[in-house]
Amino acid sequence: MRHHLILRVITKLLVGPILLFALYVQFHGEYSPGGGFQAGVIFAVAFILFGIVFGLETVKKVFPPWLVHKFAALGVLIFAGTGVVSVMLGSNYLNYNALNPDNPQLGQVGGIIAIELGVGITVAAVMVAIYYAFASRTPMINDEDW
Amino acid sequence: MTALDWIVEIASWIAILMGSAFLIIGAIGTLRFPDFWSRVHAVSVTDSAGMLLLTLGMCIQAGFTLITVKLIIIGVFLFITGPTATHAVANAAFVSGFLPKGADKFRRVIKLADKEAKIAKKRKRSPLKGKL
Repeated sequence: MRHHLILRVITKLLVGPILLFALYVQFHGEYSPGGGFQAGVIFAVAFILFGIVFGLETVKKVFPPWLVHKFAALGVLIFAGTGVVSVMLGSNYLNYNALNPDNPQLGQVGGIIAIELGVGITVAAVMVAIYYAFASRTPMINDEDW
Repeated sequence: MTALDWIVEIASWIAILMGSAFLIIGAIGTLRFPDFWSRVHAVSVTDSAGMLLLTLGMCIQAGFTLITVKLIIIGVFLFITGPTATHAVANAAFVSGFLPKGADKFRRVIKLADKEAKIAKKRKRSPLKGKL
């Protein structure tokens, strides 16, 4: 604990802004560089940083593995669901114009925001899941043996 | 160009060039210094100074815009995280009992490092003493 004091304080300070920045990249993606994938990775980085500094058990309490898997599926559902909704409205799959026939441009913006949200959620959840999978493996060599 | 424009240009370019000089000096120090501790020292200190000066120069160039706010946020972020990363690297080396070149003469440092290594061993962290 004593040796990790500075790291822990700085991590507590940084996790919030990192999550906020991820949301900024997510929802500002149409106007500036960014988008769902990058936002998802940044969102996952906050959890990974927290896990590296505070330990795997702590981060698993914050974001339990079963919830990670649910979120990974939820993102795909949002992406595919947007397409299905546009099919239901009588147009092609993922044709955003159908979402708002009176003002197609507004429909496109809304559709892109929806699918980017889906991409972001899935990427964040999968990144955290990969981290969990790597980090919870039993080490091949004991620390004492080398 | 008015006089104010010239002042802005000159001030920002002084800051940017000084920041670049700091970073180049840090890079040369990283390559040329003999052991780990002096290299860490060279790169960490000059990195913070160079980053701050570069950000300042770009802020002056941007003027009172949203870009300046973003640059200040980036500067604060790097000002916190850079030294923290250096601390993590140096702390890991210190805990594992890695001594500076020629430090065998300084008993106190060795004693302190031994103590730290013992504490680390008690906590079941890997003491890679003398193997780095």
